[in-house]
Amino acid sequence: MKKQLLKYSMTGLIVSCVLFVSGCATSIEPWVKPYERDNLADPIMSANRNPVSSSYTMHAFQAREGARGAEGGAGGGCGCN
Amino acid sequence: MNSKPLSNFVLLFIAVMSLTLLTAFTAGAAELQSAPDFTLKSNSGENLRLEEQQGNVVIVNFWASWCAPCREELPHFDAMQKEYEDLGFTVLAVNVDEYPEKANNLLNDIPVSFPVLFDNLDKVSKLYDVRAMPTTVIIDRDGNKRLTHYGYKSGDEAKYKEVVKALLRE
Amino acid sequence: MNPTKLVLFTLFPLLLVFSFNSTSAVLPQERADVMYHSYEGDGMSIDGPSVLVRKQIGNKVSVSANYYVDTISGASIDVLATASAYEEERTEHSVGVDFLHNKTLMNLNFTSSSENDFEARSVHFGISQDFFGDLTTLSMGYSKGWDEVGKRGDENFLEEAERQQFQFGLTQVLTKNMILGINFENISDEGYLNNPYRSVRYIDPTADRGYRFETEVYPNTRTSNAAAINLNYYLPYRASIYGEARIFSDTWGIDANTYKLGYIHTFGDNWILDLRVRQYQQGNADFYQDLFSRSAEFNFRARDKEMSSFKNTSIGLSVTYEYRFSQSSWLEKGTLNYELDHLRFQYDDFRNVLADAPVGEEPLFEFSANVTRLYVSFWY
Repeated sequence: MKKQLLKYSMTGLIVSCVLFVSGCATSIEPWVKPYERDNLADPIMSANRNPVSSSYTMHAFQAREGARGAEGGAGGGCGCN
Repeated sequence: MNSKPLSNFVLLFIAVMSLTLLTAFTAGAAELQSAPDFTLKSNSGENLRLEEQQGNVVIVNFWASWCAPCREELPHFDAMQKEYEDLGFTVLAVNVDEYPEKANNLLNDIPVSFPVLFDNLDKVSKLYDVRAMPTTVIIDRDGNKRLTHYGYKSGDEAKYKEVVKALLRE
Repeated sequence: MNPTKLVLFTLFPLLLVFSFNSTSAVLPQERADVMYHSYEGDGMSIDGPSVLVRKQIGNKVSVSANYYVDTISGASIDVLATASAYEEERTEHSVGVDFLHNKTLMNLNFTSSSENDFEARSVHFGISQDFFGDLTTLSMGYSKGWDEVGKRGDENFLEEAERQQFQFGLTQVLTKNMILGINFENISDEGYLNNPYRSVRYIDPTADRGYRFETEVYPNTRTSNAAAINLNYYLPYRASIYGEARIFSDTWGIDANTYKLGYIHTFGDNWILDLRVRQYQQGNADFYQDLFSRSAEFNFRARDKEMSSFKNTSIGLSVTYEYRFSQSSWLEKGTLNYELDHLRFQYDDFRNVLADAPVGEEPLFEFSANVTRLYVSFWY
């Protein structure tokens, strides 16, 4: 039951991503402008500020717990270039 | 378990290739548009107006203290300022930090010989449709935008120099 | 092929065709980190170094290398139940390359881990794309791993396992102060999947203790799915709060939840403090039992406490001192960091067989552990 839920929500999310992006991409302007990313660029907002430490900590938990995966974020940051 | 690994990988490879082939690089627009006028407070304390610079070649560079490529670029602009100033050229560095103190702290460390203007309310950024950080606009002696470059990568300063030299000769 | 994967792989390129074109992304920052790590708990002491160096080459390429060692000594409850304390060392090497092409960031990583009774190699390929005004980042990853499992004291013992992982992530900037992340990961393993040192116990009135041990038997396939959502929110006085929730489910019957909440506070320009709590809860695997009624009662049987029902509650704190070098220096920034997490494991159906009690009525096991990190980082 839980597996089905995960599978369907995964597929549903991806499909809606595609529709959303393809439909809106060219008509909606980004609502946070590149010059408004002061706070988002701050290292304290970074998902993975210290990769060496976070990968070690993730390993310490994963080695002792049954669950694995879907950890760690991506993106954010200054959006430069 | 499965022959899936190979087919998975092939599909992923196809995804990657379509990705690289479909991404386009947005270069600067080449239409002759007049650069919008603006007045901002500068680091010398006085207000500075773009129109006053008519007759000079101007580089308007939008930067922020939190933007690493922007910081990298500043010394290159300083070199250009020193080299071409006497020929009728200036860089106007428009800082978009919400708190100008952050910009000043940085400038204590990287002194620059060109004016730094403060656009902390983002009015000029909107006017110039700043789509990336940094954004560099090169304006000719008649006040027209001749090049708009988004972003900065090592080597871009050579491109700016070429355009400036050509515009100085006009 | 799995319909979900089909959707993933065919829609992704389509997504890019329609995406809003803006300018490119950035390579990971150049840096070097030297860390001392330590785990102490349940009779085990594991510590060692971890060193990372990352260097950019030109504008499009960044390479990195990591060296990691675990020096293990002591004996956990699992070991003490059937054997005695031991010492071991595990070394892991990893090299990676990141390639930037306009808005696309690709990375390839090779990792190799080696200890006297276990060898593991893995390769990872990841790709991420910024679009929609750089407010959205979509990333996908694929990993493949090969394990060789040995057993100390048994030279003829050699088993293998293979693993495949598919990752999908979406990061979305919601406001000037808020970032949302969603991650999915599907992992499937095949081969010898248990720990050769773990045993199950079954009731045997003829034994001194009232029970005997025999080797675990696990299924030789396992598929798991995990989904997580995380949020980062910036507070006006230069602080942030973050949270994460994850659900997990696999074909072995393990269902698990993880909840994490953290707060980062800065003092001036140089000090960063991070406080966090984490709650992990899992239900046991279908074939897990602390005590079986007889030998070979079921086809599959496990008593590894990792397969049991338990909770892991942890609190943690990190302190960072940051120093910005002057612009003329080749170093940009340096940090000194201390991090500590205190873990508390409480088992609902795993008993402490070392305790003196009637068979099957031993107290439920629990233990605490401290995970420490001490490191310096440099950006250049």
